[in-house]
Amino acid sequence: MSKPTHKKSFGLLAEYDTAAAVFHACEQVRDAGYSAWDSYTPFAVHNLDKAMGLKPSVLPWIVFFMGITGATCAMTLQWWTATVDYPIIIAGKPYFSYQAFVPVTFELGVLFSAFGAVFGMLGLNKLPMWYHSLFNSERFHRFSDDRFFIAIEARDPKFDLERTRKLLEASGALHVEEVED
Amino acid sequence: MALAHQYDELDPISGRKVLVEGAPSFHEVTEAVCNPIEVPNSRWWIAFLISLSMLGVLGLALGYLLWMGTGIWGLNNPVAWGWAIVNFVFWVGIGHAGTLISAVLFLFRQKWRTSINRASEAMTLFAVICALLFPTVHAGRPWVLYWALPIPNQMDMWPNFRSPLLWDVFAVSTYFTVSLLFWYVGLIPDLATMRDRAKTPARRFAYGLFALGWRGSTRHWVNYEKAYMILAGLATPLVLSVHTIVSFDFAVSQLPGWHTTIFPPYFVAGAIFSGFAMVLTLLLPLRAWFKLEHLITVKHLENMAKIILLTGTMVGYAYGMEFFIAWYSGNPYESFAFANRAFGDYWWAYWIMVSCNVITPQLIWFKNIRRSVVWLFIISIFVNIGMWFERFVITVTSLHHDFLPSSWDYYSPTVWDMATFLGSFGLFFTLFCIFVRFLPSIAIAEVKSVMPQADPHHHPAHAGGHGKDHH
Repeated sequence: MSKPTHKKSFGLLAEYDTAAAVFHACEQVRDAGYSAWDSYTPFAVHNLDKAMGLKPSVLPWIVFFMGITGATCAMTLQWWTATVDYPIIIAGKPYFSYQAFVPVTFELGVLFSAFGAVFGMLGLNKLPMWYHSLFNSERFHRFSDDRFFIAIEARDPKFDLERTRKLLEASGALHVEEVED
Repeated sequence: MALAHQYDELDPISGRKVLVEGAPSFHEVTEAVCNPIEVPNSRWWIAFLISLSMLGVLGLALGYLLWMGTGIWGLNNPVAWGWAIVNFVFWVGIGHAGTLISAVLFLFRQKWRTSINRASEAMTLFAVICALLFPTVHAGRPWVLYWALPIPNQMDMWPNFRSPLLWDVFAVSTYFTVSLLFWYVGLIPDLATMRDRAKTPARRFAYGLFALGWRGSTRHWVNYEKAYMILAGLATPLVLSVHTIVSFDFAVSQLPGWHTTIFPPYFVAGAIFSGFAMVLTLLLPLRAWFKLEHLITVKHLENMAKIILLTGTMVGYAYGMEFFIAWYSGNPYESFAFANRAFGDYWWAYWIMVSCNVITPQLIWFKNIRRSVVWLFIISIFVNIGMWFERFVITVTSLHHDFLPSSWDYYSPTVWDMATFLGSFGLFFTLFCIFVRFLPSIAIAEVKSVMPQADPHHHPAHAGGHGKDHH
């Protein structure tokens, strides 16, 4: 296999200096019909997901499933140890004194839900991902300080180096550059 | 007359008090939080070395304890729960303010929490570590502590799931795990900031490793913000359940003075009360030493002081209600337990508790006092002392005079009780010093999100009312 003569392009990266600028630029990119694109901000800009036309997160379903699993496991464990595996009368109570089993059931439900929320979030975001093409850009490092970015990827069917660059420049970007994959 | 607002900078559009003073740019906020981490600070070294020497005392006390056993403490026959359990409840209570700030204030959309939530959550974690230490060593044989977990074993025995002490194992360990996850999720964007600012490869690697490759993507923020809100929603009932279950350790027993239904709400209010006092004790020096007064403003301190006043007054109400019920129930054992609390052998501890917890916070009614850092620091120390004495009074006065006068005794701590307690402060402050030295003690991304220019509909011309233009 021969090596390519030039590196593959990841796409175009546009830089903005305010939340308002990136918000309006996102609306324009969304309306132009791109699909493989994203914006990058130092903090969660309010309603930027709507300006991008993103769907709500599916995370609550993962958390719900995990919470039910945790609570069920806890109650089942307590029922099985108290009535099946080692039935023993404690303080004259019935073997299955479910009222006393509520605290542990609640705690394990919360514990599993929290695992679902954190690891579900990381999974949906495909994190950890220590290498990403955007980190090749020197300017991109300011995303975690005070700059806002939009990247339109080359794999987007509507991507065209010239036309996409024009769209981004017209959207109020301070700077537009091509990023290597 | 704008008397109520005479002290604070106001937002020109909303008319509310600004959360970040001096209208800095986003970059200036990053610098203000990250600089103290990157530049060595001589006062930090002094605080760290003092804490570390106190931690040495803990090592000594625990070493001797493991060699000799719990006989080195002042425990005696009726008072089998001495300082170890007092300290456990004290520390776990302190942790609760961190969760209140990070979770409950988040659900109530209290934007001022963003400046103080990171340090308070760290305080929660370190307080819970100190708390877990005490029942561990109090159990006598900490190397078999895993017996408290439902692990199949050769005896085919299971832990007693009907015991509040076992509920505690699950409640406190869940609380620690969820608090750690919540704190870490909040840290991820700020770790990315530290990674992108790092000057040395070692720092870039360490921060980069834990930042998980965060790149501020909006597609990520959507899931991230949902996870954050769900964790806040989970942590809120969790924190109430934890101190409720801690109070069950007492309330589910049959002992006069412990067997009361008021304990769960009373313990939760006391926990938040003591925790906010500890937040003030930690943040007042931190904001001065790290020059963060424009981020943790006097307005933030005032808000925390008001919560201390509210919860302190609730605790005072609970003290009064306990006495009323003791009399109204007509139960002679209950009446005796409370008369003994206030006027018996430990009258001095009871009145220290009442003066510190009920009388001192009333000073916060005065605006000049609740806006003074010196006064707030003094009040926070009094509340810390008072809340330790509350747990001492509850634990010891009920135990030392129980049903049978022939088993009555007087309990005093030994020097080893005191060394262990002092040492737990060493552990707490050492961990906190390490935290402020290596991690952003203010949630940078969250503070930026509540600044006026974070609003996507913000227009720079509207901000002309500030003395200083931030563009």
